[in-house]
Amino acid sequence: MILAATALSLPGRLAGVTAALNPGEVTAIVGPNGAGKSTLLAALAGLIAPAGGTATLGGTPLTALPPRERARAIGYLPQTPEIAWDVTVATLVALGRLPWQGGPLHRAHATPAEDAAAIGAALAAMDLTALAHRPLSRLSGGECARALAARVLAGQPRWLLADEPLANLDLAHAAALIARLRDQARAGTGVVLVLHDLAAAMNRADRVLLLDHGQLVADGPPEQVLTPERIAQVWQVTAHWLGEPGNRALAVG
Amino acid sequence: MTRLNFTLLALLALAVPLSLLAGKVWIDPLHPAIPNAGVILLELRLPRAALALVIGAGLGAAGAAMQGYLRNPLADPGLFGIAPAAALGAVLSFWTGLAASPWALPAFALIGAGGAMALLGLVAGRAGLAMLFTLAGMMLASLAGALMSLAISLAPTPFAQSEIVTWLMGALTDRGWAEVWLAAPLTLAGLIVLRAAGPGLDALVLGEGAARSLGLDPRRLQWLLIAGVGLTVGSGVAVAGIVGFVGLVVPHLVRPFTDRRPSRLIVPSALAGALLVLVADCLCRIAPTVSELRLGIALSLVGAPFFLMLLLRMRSTAALGGGLA
Repeated sequence: MILAATALSLPGRLAGVTAALNPGEVTAIVGPNGAGKSTLLAALAGLIAPAGGTATLGGTPLTALPPRERARAIGYLPQTPEIAWDVTVATLVALGRLPWQGGPLHRAHATPAEDAAAIGAALAAMDLTALAHRPLSRLSGGECARALAARVLAGQPRWLLADEPLANLDLAHAAALIARLRDQARAGTGVVLVLHDLAAAMNRADRVLLLDHGQLVADGPPEQVLTPERIAQVWQVTAHWLGEPGNRALAVG
Repeated sequence: MTRLNFTLLALLALAVPLSLLAGKVWIDPLHPAIPNAGVILLELRLPRAALALVIGAGLGAAGAAMQGYLRNPLADPGLFGIAPAAALGAVLSFWTGLAASPWALPAFALIGAGGAMALLGLVAGRAGLAMLFTLAGMMLASLAGALMSLAISLAPTPFAQSEIVTWLMGALTDRGWAEVWLAAPLTLAGLIVLRAAGPGLDALVLGEGAARSLGLDPRRLQWLLIAGVGLTVGSGVAVAGIVGFVGLVVPHLVRPFTDRRPSRLIVPSALAGALLVLVADCLCRIAPTVSELRLGIALSLVGAPFFLMLLLRMRSTAALGGGLA
């Protein structure tokens, strides 16, 4: 199912962004601060109703999907964690199963055994099994970021949208998370990441959307989008790429 | 059933019979030496105990739901303005002198609570955000409070004035089965609604944006909370006046024994609230004072220092816990 933005507009934030994203790919959204990256991601997650244009999943406007159905299809990891209570890692990750679980007002879409299996797999994928019963207040920033990512993985969404997922991770865990996300994509999940680290986008994304002032400036494979000329034009810095394809580093200045 | 709920139920099973025997006149269950023991038990103490359970359960559950909704351990069921509006209704029944007829006071209070719920409902339709919704509730609370003060200051007779002030302190004195039959079904309905709000409150643990990405419908959650808090707190105020403190403290006492998911807090908070009000009411009854101590005052007198102590202890153990409550 294709996740698509058609002439997506929000006054002052997005100006007519059109892009059809394919499942099975890692798409990176990059751009300077205030370019509209997070807004585009939230609109693609169905969390912001656009003023103009539509965001659609498999042709259906996200605003027309029942919220729980949308939640089972699209997982969303916000940029800043806002956890209200000092829950344990396992409890936090289990929250990712909410759209699947029944309740007084909803019927269940998964059995408790399926829920438990998904939670266990998400904990294992994020290397958190040993920390499952630890409260969040006793985790490091990186461990907390991994727990939040595991929460999204536990929902087993077909689309996985993450806003700056690498921001609080150390080198090893950032590499592990992005490898895990690539595995997800290879298994057919659509992965969309807002990234500040252009080298991560260059090396790990299949496709890059470059935003500037709410407009889609370029869209395509990373080697074609993140050229030194475009980086100079959008970020106003001179930079050039070092290393081999798939293992690039950006030298600024 | 969880171990926590089982423990609380066991404590309740112990406390209820004891509360029936306790009072200015102690009843020895084996040798009831008092001639009217049966009447005292069935017509005075049993309804009073039942009412304490009903009100405590409603306040405890409403407090747990409010703290979950506002993602804040300082939230209290009074914040939405439903309790003050219900109290305003009751005050107006005194003011008009209609309180003398048996059903007028609770009816006025319920109308007040219903009016507050309807106003909140109007706001809920417009704003999905908890912040705007809560501010609207707080404005409602302060408006109801101001009107209450106005009604007291302009009371037609000093007698009405003193009646209003005494009633506002909250008590279970001289309540009978009529009050139980009024409050129990409404509170039970409210508890069911609050339980249904549980999954939505759980999603809010992650913040509003993430909660919506998990399929939360913020408007529906607001409706559930208005109905649940309105039914429990509104019916509680209608029969017992303002009983503060329970809704704030009980979720705190219960939370460490749960996994801290708001949905898991609602039932144990209801049970613990019932236990707390029952015990507090018994203590009011047996306290050696000339006229009976008011429940609302007693709860705050005993509860506030205890709560303060708890907070100081929490502060020292949670010093490393960052901003997490």
